[in-house]
Parts: sequence; C-alpha cells; structure tokens
Amino acid sequence: MLKQTEGSHAVAEAVALCRPEVICAYPISPQTHIVEGLGEMVKAGEIKDCEFINVESEFAAMSVAIGSSAAGARTYTATASQGLLFMVEAVYNAAGLGLPIVMTVANRALGAPINIWNDHSDSMSQRDCGWIQLFAETNQEAVDLHIQGFKLAEELSMPVMVCMDGFILTHAYERVDMPTQEQVDAFLPKFEPRQVLDPAEPLSIGAMVGPEAYTEVRYLAHAKQMQALELIPQLGREFQEAFGRDSGGLIRSYRMDDAEVAVIALGSVLGTIKDTIDEMREQGVKIGVVGICSFRPFPLAEVREALARVRSYVVVEKSLAVGLGGVVASNVRMALAGRLHMRGHTVIAGLGGRAITKVSLHRAFAGVVSGELERVHFLDLDTNAVNAVLEHEKTVRRSGPIAENVLRTMRLVGAKIL
Amino acid sequence: MVTGAEMLSIAAFLEGRHAQAFPSFGSERTGAPVVAYCRIDDKEIRLREPIMAPDALIIQDPTLFHQVDVFAGLMDDGYILVNTSRSFAELGIADVVAGRDARRLCTVPATELAIKHVGRPVPNVPLLGAFAAISGMFSLESVAKAIGEKFSGKVAEGNIAAATEAYETARRATKEPAHA
Repeated sequence: MLKQTEGSHAVAEAVALCRPEVICAYPISPQTHIVEGLGEMVKAGEIKDCEFINVESEFAAMSVAIGSSAAGARTYTATASQGLLFMVEAVYNAAGLGLPIVMTVANRALGAPINIWNDHSDSMSQRDCGWIQLFAETNQEAVDLHIQGFKLAEELSMPVMVCMDGFILTHAYERVDMPTQEQVDAFLPKFEPRQVLDPAEPLSIGAMVGPEAYTEVRYLAHAKQMQALELIPQLGREFQEAFGRDSGGLIRSYRMDDAEVAVIALGSVLGTIKDTIDEMREQGVKIGVVGICSFRPFPLAEVREALARVRSYVVVEKSLAVGLGGVVASNVRMALAGRLHMRGHTVIAGLGGRAITKVSLHRAFAGVVSGELERVHFLDLDTNAVNAVLEHEKTVRRSGPIAENVLRTMRLVGAKIL
Repeated sequence: MVTGAEMLSIAAFLEGRHAQAFPSFGSERTGAPVVAYCRIDDKEIRLREPIMAPDALIIQDPTLFHQVDVFAGLMDDGYILVNTSRSFAELGIADVVAGRDARRLCTVPATELAIKHVGRPVPNVPLLGAFAAISGMFSLESVAKAIGEKFSGKVAEGNIAAATEAYETARRATKEPAHA
C-alpha cells in the first residue's frame, strides 16, 4: 500500500513484516526512530513472538544478537557512527561465526570532530568485517533491501548490513509502497538455521582455530561472499516478480548506453546525481551514472562491464581513506585494472553532512569532462580556511586544537544550525 | 516545524502528488532556529539537496527575521505566510514584501488559533490550513486527513478546527489585499 511516511518508520514496518524474533539495539542518532518504532510495535503486540531486549551499549547489542542468532532466532539490530565502532569486535565475530543477523546502519560521520550528520565513514570503516553491505538509494529501496536482506543472510548464513543515509533518508518523509504481510511471508521463508545451539543436540560454536585451519575458515567466508555475487541479483529478480519493483541487485546503470563519462556513487546522492546528469544530457554531454547497491561483495566484473565504453569516470563518495583518497574509488580502480587509457577522478563529498548540491556537482562533472578536475577533489572545500590553518601551524609551534582553529578561521562558533 | 513540513507532504500525497519533507538536520532542541523543507511535484522527487530557492516560505517565528536571512533565495512570485497577529508593516518587513503579488502574502495568528482550539501554542497545523487557502495547492479536506494521520481524538479535532479557522482567515485576508 502506498503511504507517505518517514524513512525510519518505513524501515521499522518492513523489519516487523519480516517477523523478527529478537530485536536488540541501543539508541543513537540518526538510527533512533527505527528502534523506537520497533519497540512500540513489540510492546503493542503487533510483532508476534518477538522479544525486544534493552541493552546497555552497542557492544551488548551485537553480543546479544550473536547469542540469539546462534540460538536460532531471526535477529535484528540497528546502529550508526560511534555505535558501530563501539560494537566492532562483536561485528567481526558475527561475520566470522556466520550468523545471519540483519543490521541497519543509519549512516553518520565519525568523530573526532564529533558530528551527528550523514556520511559513509561508519559503514566504510567496516567494509572488510565480513558482512554483506547493501546501500539504499531511496526509502523504498531501504524497505525492500531489509526484506531481501533477511533472505540473503539466512540463505548464506552470513550477516547483512543495510546502509541508509542518516537524516537524508531516515528522517525524510516520502512515498513508500509498503508490502503486505502475505507478500513478505511468501517471499521470506521461516528461518532454518545452518547451526543452532540446542540443548537436545549439544554442540559448540566458536572453536579456536590455529594456523592449520584459519586460512580455510577465512577462505570460506570469501567464497560465500562470491556466492552472494550470484545470489543478490537472483533475489533481486525474485523480488521483482513478487513485488513488481526493481530494487537491490549489485549495480544499477542510468543513461549509460552511449555515455563517454561515468559517475559512480552509492546511496541517496544518486538521486541528485541523476537530476544533474539529466540537465547535462540536455546540453549534449554524454554522461551517465552507475549506482552501486552491493558494496560487499564488491561487484568487480559488473562495474568493469558497466564502464567498458567510457573514456573517463568519477567516483563521488561520502567517505575518505585518509592518506590515500577514496574508499569506493580504490575498489572501482581495482575493477578497472589494466585500462590505462581511462582517466579516473575521485570526488570526496558530503562529509559530515555538507549538502551535495546540483550546482557543485555540475562544476565537478564539467571538470571531469574537460579533464581539468584534480584526481582527488574535495567538493566545496573552503581552501582559504584550510590554507590559513596550515599557515598558522607553520608559524606557531603550539598551534592549538585543529577543529577549533578551523571554526575560528571560518568565524563559526560550534556547529551551524541553519 | 518539522511536523508541519511532514504534514504538508502528507496533504500533497493525499492529492496524488509526489512529496518529500525533511528537516534541517541540526541538533534539535526547543527554542533553536529550525528549518524544514518540503518539495511537491507530479513526478518522482530524486533531488536530495536542501531547498535554496523556495516557491513558498512559511515562517513560524517572526522574531527570526533579525537573526537569519529567512527570505534568501525566495522566488519573486513566491508565497510568504507568517505566523503573527501583526501586519507585514508592523513586523518591519514592508520592504521585503513591496512589489510582490499581494494575493501571495499573508499573515495569520496561528499560535493564537492553536491556543484557542488545541489549548497549546502549536502553530504548525493552522499554518498549513492557511497555506492551503493562499496556495490552492491542496484542499482543506486533505489537511484534515493529514491531521488524522498524525493525531487522534480531541487533539485531532482541535487541530482541524484551528486549521479551518486559519484557512478562512487566510482566504479573507488574501481577498482583501489592502490588509497585507
């Protein structure tokens, strides 16, 4: 049924439709509305046979999730930013143990400097933790990816992270087609765990593994993600048959047929990029965009194929590999290994919630078309401010705290509200 | 404020339009200046940037005129709706509205209407009723339905009464441009 609702609430409803048996989460912005919504639904008895477990931290949230999933319960949690970092040890364990937990990450920047706004630093910090990572472009896709996510996780016995842009999606009211319980029940079978802690059939999970077998266990984790490269598009097709919508998959191309220049991005910024591309197309620029939905596993072959006919490309990403450049860009470059004639750019954009505007994208994409854009470009960087701070550090030994220096240079006191 | 934008998007959705509402993602606290945005279109809305050149401006707290340039980017033929019992001249913004289409300018005492009908100073809903009147973009009936999605019982009834009175007030006011 079509409804106009908040992204967080839509995701809470979608998770409820998946009949979770254990929900354990610790509130952190911008994820809070999702677990608040689920808490209310559990309390009102709207989710049958489901326990909402209050925990004292994110570390506890993921630890409880590991326990309940190992006991055979369909398990869900959600977090963001520092919360994800705090649970990291358990995040790796959930993956290493092969437990099909589904977790929403309402993407938010990482401190320091403390910042509650959106970017992809949090989930990108966990790109190698062994979880599948899917990125939603819209709230509709966030809803759909959770439904697909449980099926994917349980078929592979591997945890799935559904990443959605904090605030930009979680707090946005937009149109969402909410599936019915019957549709979800028909798509998502009952959870049949591959391993379960059962007093009737005692076993141990989580053996210590020495050098003689550790590589093999790790190889199997990789092999399973390679299986996911097949399963994700297959589930996307099944989903389309059942729900009539094209959601998920590995990548999605837009206006790429005759494109000479390609933009690559993930998450909600794809919408703004598509609008920008439409305007550039009207001016005769042959440009298109490839949206990456599955960041882990990374679809190397599909990205390589999608970019087969372009002469240059630009990765627009909300994350930064400090000391290198882009996180997504490094992966894209690996997909394009050997294509020496292609010119690649990285645009670091939207860090800490800075708005990514069409005006700025037009300027950057024009620089890609002309070839004049720097290889690693920080969108809308205040160069005067950073140069002033660098100059200050050159001349004064005790130059003081970095963030405070930047704010003083930009004549801002604390975070700007408007 | 945020609720107002959300309800505006619901009212538009109920009339078959696409709508997107989102807050200015700040550290929200009571009393801090807050901006919320709403886009309405006949096709899917993909754009995610903040609205920098609005077609309409609904100002809940006119004391902000002296803190923030709330009129920045407003279209020349844009709507201005202010929650106040005073006139534009009395608010000291006669220069801002000079030369603009008087049918698109309106003040409405939304806070007073909310206190009268809801018992609390919550001007969101009456402002929405007034905006329905001056813009004609959606009906008062859709506003009432949107209220029904957010509130229930006495609160919903009070809000519908407040929206209705604001709608009538705004309609009368914009029919008599001298008032603006």
